[in-house]
Amino acid sequence: MISVCSIDDIPEGEAFRFNADVPIAVFNTGDALYAIDDTCTHQDASLADGWVEDGCVECPLHAACFDLSTGMPSGPPAKKAVRTHQVIVSDRTVYVAINETPAELPVGEEIGVA
Amino acid sequence: MRSIAVVGASLAGLNTARALRRKGFDGTVTLIGAESAAPYDRPPLSKEFLAGTVDEADIGLGEPEDDGLELDWRLGKTAVRLDTGDTAVELEDGSRIRADGIVLATGAGANPFPGALGLRTIEDAKALRERITPGARVVLIGAGFIGAEIAATAANLGASVTIVERARVPLSGPLGAELGAVCAGWHATNGVELITDTAVRSVGEHEVELADGRVLASDVVIAGVGARPHVDWLAGSGLRIDGGVVTDSQCATGIPGVVAVGDCASSHRPFAGRVQRIEHWTNAITQSAAAAGTLLGSPEPPAPRDAIPYFWSDQYGMRLQFAGQRAEDDTVSIVDGDPASGKFAATYSREGVLHAVLAVNNPKQFGRLRRDLSTQQASVVALA
Repeated sequence: MISVCSIDDIPEGEAFRFNADVPIAVFNTGDALYAIDDTCTHQDASLADGWVEDGCVECPLHAACFDLSTGMPSGPPAKKAVRTHQVIVSDRTVYVAINETPAELPVGEEIGVA
Repeated sequence: MRSIAVVGASLAGLNTARALRRKGFDGTVTLIGAESAAPYDRPPLSKEFLAGTVDEADIGLGEPEDDGLELDWRLGKTAVRLDTGDTAVELEDGSRIRADGIVLATGAGANPFPGALGLRTIEDAKALRERITPGARVVLIGAGFIGAEIAATAANLGASVTIVERARVPLSGPLGAELGAVCAGWHATNGVELITDTAVRSVGEHEVELADGRVLASDVVIAGVGARPHVDWLAGSGLRIDGGVVTDSQCATGIPGVVAVGDCASSHRPFAGRVQRIEHWTNAITQSAAAAGTLLGSPEPPAPRDAIPYFWSDQYGMRLQFAGQRAEDDTVSIVDGDPASGKFAATYSREGVLHAVLAVNNPKQFGRLRRDLSTQQASVVALA
């Protein structure tokens, strides 16, 4: 469990990005907080920069949409899901439990490389 | 409809074949490709693939799920004639593929420049990779997006790079003079010499002669001077050709059972109010769904956002994103950041309506502006 930020750091419709084994983003949809891997599985782009709507985030580069609760892409160009992580809020602090399965990364990207 | 032949096995063709299956078509789908390589993504050819950070397997467009599509692959086969009377495609090797429906997705090829190399295919990219070595003197003809991306990659590989551009300001067509000049400035800051307002007279074995008499020593000369659609083979087919194959907004040509998609299609664009041939990657994706729907009699208009042209370019570590289309009398405003800082967003407006947006290293603002653009344009098109 990682202490990530204060809940006040993530306004509705926004995301907070932090580095674990790979970058992870915590999104605030207004209804709930969701944590997913931040890098689009199609090509190197930060999903935290994407548009949040209807429980999904749209990649800012090629508009691949990912369901924030399942990590599944809704259609092309992304094919692989992003990992989802458990979010817990306690005393206004946001904690994330990192998913133990390996991350799906776009081609040409390696874990640990910025 | 029991059989469909897709002519062109790149981004547009492959995605149309996938869309046909997704929409439930269970007849024969024959996918014909002129290149012998399995389908691959072209944008990395001027960037990561040329730089050597990704390989052939990395840029493959194929997915494990494609095996389930049961496509009849015909790679390394060039189509030479379309018989619209019998809806059949004739291939270079003399074979003939008859089908109830035809998808034209033959793409475009790089315009040649005598004596210079070009970049369009993976084979082109491999040839350039071998020649662009540290210290090599590389001359680019044309400072458009392809030229600029190759220049950036070559400079990063340690080559000594010069770009020769005929226009006074590179990229002034798509971006306008003001912001075209901003992006052109990245060449100098990265040690690449940019010569503008100058044509290339001739390319020799070890030198390039310019129209003003200057001579540049060169080891590698690469032209990035636009592309032209692969539509010559359709002459006499009865299809209307205007740049590309003329279609309506849903990819239907004038001939029933024949659709055209991607770089080879001159499609009606509600956004522009006229027919336009668009070479963007995203256009090929968007049109493939429309073409499949048209062929199967279940049209599927694109989402408003997808109806607006969008492209991106990565060069010198800068990510440029552009949506819409600009015109000469647009008012250009910097709405976020500062061009000098390398991070900004700009809008192009006419009479208070957004017509295009540009962002550099600013994907978040770009996403917002692109939404505003599609909302405003959707209401403009609805009123028209």
